[in-house]
Amino acid sequence: MSAATVAYPAETDVADASAEAREDAPPGSFTITLIIRRFIPEIDEEPRWEDFDVNVFPTDRILDALHKIKWEQDGSLTFRRSCAHGICGSDAMRINGRNRLACKTLIKDLDPSKPIYVEAIKGLPLEKDLVVDMEPFFESYRQIQPFLQASGTPDRERHQTVEARARFDDTTKCILCAACTSSCPVFWTDGQYFGPAAIVNAHRFIFDDRDEASQVRLDILNDKEGVWRCRTTFNCSDACPRGIEVTKAIAEVKQAVLRGRA
Amino acid sequence: MPGGLAGRPAPLLLLGRTLSPAERLGSIGSPAGSTGAPDDSHRAGAYTAAQKRNPKNPVSHTDEERGELRDGVRYHQFDVVIVGAGGAGMRAAIEAGPKAKTAVISKLYPTRSHTGAAQGGMAAALANVEEDNWEWHTFDTVKGGDYLVDQDAAEILAKEAIDAVIDLENMGLPFNRTPEGKIDQRRFGGHTSDHGKAPVRRACYAADRTGHMILQTLYQNCVKHGINFFNEFYVLDMVMSDVKVGGKTVKRPSGVVAYELATGDLHVFQSKAIIFATGGFGKIYKTTSNAHTLTGDGVGIIWRKGLPLEDMEFFQFHPTGLAGLGILLTEGARGEGAILRNGSGERFMERYAPTIKDLAPRDIVSRCMVQEVEEGRGAGPLKDYVLLDCTHLGAEVLETKLPDITEFARTYLGVDPVVEPVPVMPTAHYAMGGIPTNVKAEVLSSNTDVVPGLYAAGECACVSVHGSNRLGTNSLLDINVFGKRAGNNAVEYVKTAEFIPLPEDPTKEIRELIQMLSTSTGTERIANIRKELQQEMDRKAQVFRTEESLGEMMEIITGLRDRYTKINVQDKGKRFNTDLLEAIELGFLLDLAEVVVFSARNRHESRGGHMRDDFPKRDDAGYMQHTMAYLTGDPHSSHADDHIKLDWKPVVVTNYQPMERKY
Repeated sequence: MSAATVAYPAETDVADASAEAREDAPPGSFTITLIIRRFIPEIDEEPRWEDFDVNVFPTDRILDALHKIKWEQDGSLTFRRSCAHGICGSDAMRINGRNRLACKTLIKDLDPSKPIYVEAIKGLPLEKDLVVDMEPFFESYRQIQPFLQASGTPDRERHQTVEARARFDDTTKCILCAACTSSCPVFWTDGQYFGPAAIVNAHRFIFDDRDEASQVRLDILNDKEGVWRCRTTFNCSDACPRGIEVTKAIAEVKQAVLRGRA
Repeated sequence: MPGGLAGRPAPLLLLGRTLSPAERLGSIGSPAGSTGAPDDSHRAGAYTAAQKRNPKNPVSHTDEERGELRDGVRYHQFDVVIVGAGGAGMRAAIEAGPKAKTAVISKLYPTRSHTGAAQGGMAAALANVEEDNWEWHTFDTVKGGDYLVDQDAAEILAKEAIDAVIDLENMGLPFNRTPEGKIDQRRFGGHTSDHGKAPVRRACYAADRTGHMILQTLYQNCVKHGINFFNEFYVLDMVMSDVKVGGKTVKRPSGVVAYELATGDLHVFQSKAIIFATGGFGKIYKTTSNAHTLTGDGVGIIWRKGLPLEDMEFFQFHPTGLAGLGILLTEGARGEGAILRNGSGERFMERYAPTIKDLAPRDIVSRCMVQEVEEGRGAGPLKDYVLLDCTHLGAEVLETKLPDITEFARTYLGVDPVVEPVPVMPTAHYAMGGIPTNVKAEVLSSNTDVVPGLYAAGECACVSVHGSNRLGTNSLLDINVFGKRAGNNAVEYVKTAEFIPLPEDPTKEIRELIQMLSTSTGTERIANIRKELQQEMDRKAQVFRTEESLGEMMEIITGLRDRYTKINVQDKGKRFNTDLLEAIELGFLLDLAEVVVFSARNRHESRGGHMRDDFPKRDDAGYMQHTMAYLTGDPHSSHADDHIKLDWKPVVVTNYQPMERKY
């Protein structure tokens, strides 16, 4: 361990446990090194990198590797997770410098011969290890009025054509994991920017023909911290674990600000 | 092990940003503290900017909203407290929030709840695409539940389904549409026209992410109504106070105790009404579609208070989990025409359910799959799974109607469902049993009495609309119908109810529990005990059970309980101590697994999700009744008989006499 790593009770356990793991490693498994950016608020002055060797199968997820560390080596390693298959949006993190969901990133899709770097998503206040404060992110989401606004009280369903429904299908997939927003260089340097996720969720309602408040949302986003801050870096589209064409959605909102909802 | 920072490639180090002291110190609960120097903290600006944009919508709770601090514990008062922010909790909140002072307390951010993982659809006899009516739906629900369904409740479920779907559409849910623009519907297991004649298109859906859309829509409407959420607050206990009723002293709920994950602070929420909507406890099993967080905390809290749990032996194993992983592939796939095949390519369900074949209810399909494998007809090198064949559906149906499960198979198994069949096996999916309630969602303290002001809805509750086997699409329905009822009835209740005074020291037991766990000098790893519990439950209390396997499981649980008292929580910190959280969750899992197995051992018949190899027939004369389990003694006593008492509760039968269940 380097001098930069502060003394931590589990350190000796870590080395022992990983040595054991190698001895009785099941066939088909192998040892990888995860280098995790740790920050324990009660102990650390600054975040630090810590190595963990862990035995995995090629089809294991990064989340499985993190669980193995937490469950077999160091119980203090802290991260959020829930569904473990890419639906709940809890475990967005930065893996080898790219924002992904830990539960949708398989070991075999990385280069296991090299150490895998894992750290919290950027641009939101770090709380502990891989956990950041999500409140600013959700606050931007709430600002764009993310709910259907339609007059009248129909006694049956409102009708909508298959085509009209398809118009905003892509942006309904958002799971609010923050992978896009926290991959955006504009957001890193300007935390006041609404960010891609909020715009995606505005898009979902702006292009829903049942909604009557598109103009309100377009006005909100026609702000210096709104859509015009987007520099089309495409980081957000690359980061989206749901495959949403985020940059395209932002561009469509920009168009709508200028020319109205198409 | 390679060195630490020395020798690390420099560019990667630069990816991380160093935190300023202000940012670290100020990040929890005090937005003002995080307005550090602008040059070192871009997010510090975001806090203040967000508040400037809308000062009425603070980014986190102000000091006042964080509760009154007394002896290190924060105290709050709300008319209605809802525990859990999945579908049932948020549906209740949408009713209660605008009419009563309401708090929703959730151990997760609401959008992380497992309602979001539901895929296939929500049943309602809208008759948008073919003839259908709620009476047929009632019948299917009763028959699907193998006649352990309370028929009055099933009738309410099926009748109110129609409004429940319309409510969601009106709230904004983007359902798939018919060419005429109405809500589209598709087939699902066990849903039939005219009492079993043929499959019927009753499931309203949004691609294969109906649950995701429901969760998002409900959260969106909670934002619209300004619902007060306490996110990542973990409710650990229900506070009981002594109340004089007719000269007798009885215990009544007066609030809940929650542990704030971010800070480690304890909070007491005093309330007139409490709604439990905490979901299931699939994590008692290893192979499960359930989230890591589904540890049955709410059900466990009710159990520890001595209130009964109903029908806990009935757990649903969903037929199509990704083999080895348990990740769910929707029954909607079979609704769209996918077929189960064994190792030799045979469509084996034709033999077991000649009329509706692959669309038989889940309990039946799961049993047939396990039987095929056990009799040597499995697929794969070890013949240990069967195949879900979607190849004839075509890429377009898969990409447009089943996109998520197509991606799951590709991502996690490397199998493309467009061109090859997908390996599947049953996965622990849904608890039919839980906290007994009446049709008003009021929690029962016995077969006939209710606990005033206490409600439960969703998977944690047992109404019972699912009996011994839930039909697919009836759970998304359940959370909406009974979540709404719980919210409305709680609002009615608090109009006339008074706050019950809290006891002297409402957090005493929880402080002692946390103290015990965090100072334990034991050597047992939490994960090892949990893993052993889950593996053994898969072996001994899964699709097939026997007296022998269940007896062995009881002994294993007793041993694990003993080891649980010696666990080692490694994380000694207060902030985001998920190690401690997992230790507490494990306690609930052990409690609930014991009730499941104990109840299963007592039911000498096979019905719905409960299949006894040694009692393969349904026995209506002996067992057409609900199990009611009570904790009556010290749960750590070595014999379950010393601390669990079982009783029976009659099934409500209105129109449908039990018949043999053929499909």
